Amino acid sequence: MNDLLALDFMRQALLAALLAGFAAPLVGVFLVQRRMSLIGDGMGHVALAGVAVGVLTNSAPVLTALVAAVLAAVAIELIRASGRTSGDTALAVMFYGGIALGVVLIARSSAGTPATLTSYLFGAILTTTTADIIVFGVLAAVVLATTLVLRPRFFAVANDEEYARALGMPVLGYNVVLAVLTAVTVVVSMRIVGLLLISALMILPNATSQLFARSFRSALWWAVAIGVGCSVGGVVVSYFAETPSGGTIVLLAVGAFLVASVGAALATRARRAVHARSERHDHEHGPGCGHPAVEHGDHVDYLHDGHRHAAHEEHYDEHGQHAEVEPR
Amino acid sequence: MTGPGPLVRLHGASFGYSDLPVVSGVDLELHSGEVVALLGPNGSGKSTLVRGILGLSAQQGGEVELFGTPRERFTEHTRIGYVPQRHSLSSSVRATVTEIVEVGRLPHRPWWRPASRADRAIVSEAIADVGLTDRAAAEVAALSGGQQRRVLIARALAGRPELLVMDEPTAGVDSANQEALADVLHRLADRGTSMLIVTHELAALEAVVSRIVCLDSGHVDFDGDPAAYAAHVGGHSAGSGHHHDERSPRSGHVLGAAPLDPGPREVSS
Repeated sequence: MNDLLALDFMRQALLAALLAGFAAPLVGVFLVQRRMSLIGDGMGHVALAGVAVGVLTNSAPVLTALVAAVLAAVAIELIRASGRTSGDTALAVMFYGGIALGVVLIARSSAGTPATLTSYLFGAILTTTTADIIVFGVLAAVVLATTLVLRPRFFAVANDEEYARALGMPVLGYNVVLAVLTAVTVVVSMRIVGLLLISALMILPNATSQLFARSFRSALWWAVAIGVGCSVGGVVVSYFAETPSGGTIVLLAVGAFLVASVGAALATRARRAVHARSERHDHEHGPGCGHPAVEHGDHVDYLHDGHRHAAHEEHYDEHGQHAEVEPR
Repeated sequence: MTGPGPLVRLHGASFGYSDLPVVSGVDLELHSGEVVALLGPNGSGKSTLVRGILGLSAQQGGEVELFGTPRERFTEHTRIGYVPQRHSLSSSVRATVTEIVEVGRLPHRPWWRPASRADRAIVSEAIADVGLTDRAAAEVAALSGGQQRRVLIARALAGRPELLVMDEPTAGVDSANQEALADVLHRLADRGTSMLIVTHELAALEAVVSRIVCLDSGHVDFDGDPAAYAAHVGGHSAGSGHHHDERSPRSGHVLGAAPLDPGPREVSS
């Protein structure tokens, strides 16, 4: 591990992986919430056209990719907001047009080789330059700061768009900002996981944490932890196993998802075994419901005909017998 | 708390979607302290009307004033609390009751400011108001339909509104929860909260409602107190085949006794 960190390019690769692993799930959770899991994929397609323009004109591909992805992001939100049924087709035209243009332009450029194309599509962390890392660092900082500050508003808009509108929130504005952050994240992650695999790093850690977390907040931070673990771990594994970093990272994320699925299924079964529901209940317990409340560890039970009843999800759990006490 | 004028004033107002008017020529004033039930058969435009007041369906004519300000220029959205019909909440990610109710607080602070201690206290209070303190940390998707409805009421209450606008709060809610819901509305009414409630099931809310407005085919065809409404419906029921919602005004009606009433326990989605 020490000789790994002694290598300049590995230090840069690990830093880039850390940034991407942090930012991607943080933005991705809102895409999952809005059921737009695959939109990052589309932006990646368009970003390839931007990369190609950069390669062709000998300017920085990261910046041209950023411009292309941000333009695509704004277009996506405006097309969605128009609510036309043709919007879906318009997105398809844009996404496939983008990737096709990218492939053709890179093939035509003198600097471009099939290896250039592959490195952008599937990630080539070891070719990341110091200049790239600085750009990624700045972009990632912007994504993190904006997402953390606007998190409650993104949550509100993604959770119930109509209610957000009734509150007078600028729904379209927040959606456009989120789309732009997604585009920036696509670009930050493109050297590490590649434009074709980028959506995986945004979506899979969230899909995994949704299996076991109990609130939006905890699910989000678990997803970030899983994202960082998979991307940093993937870079390390790819170094030793001599595999492409993008594919390795995504396979680790898929592995984490499978492990969590099995774990969650077993935990549910175990919980069901020790968990007793009270008899069916047409009554909601609460202060002043007539049933005495008694403390029970960290919660309050209501005494119902000599049994302790504790609120759980939509029903009440049976928490055993208890001597009757005088009703309040 | 409010000025002398009406909370909501509609004059010849029409609402609809794209070019299609659904309600037209509506004159209506809501005053502070009133609890108004908006009745009408399916498709009569009840939801379109309240959504129009909130700016969610297009206003196609007439005047709409909220707290004395024309709707286009109205910016104090926090003065109206909206409780949507179905839970339109995205269930694709997990969220707790508290996390949903916190959303109702957002318009009270600028976008860059995190929730204060006072905000959090108001959120807990709103959750207590709807009797869900026991389940504040529960996942919303795991709750029954009626409990989810109360979460949406708490979300609206967290904004400390002067007027609550509710779209079918009792639809598809089992009897235990319908009682809990009626209790909540009762407490709010006793506190002087003004409410506009779109409903099918007047029986569940009878004790709370102070005025009834009846909508049919996009027009108001009754506006008066509950006693006048009973007389109005009674006058029609002598074989006129009138168009009012037949279920709602039945006297002595017990929930769960009629074939179309929700059963004792609904299946939550």
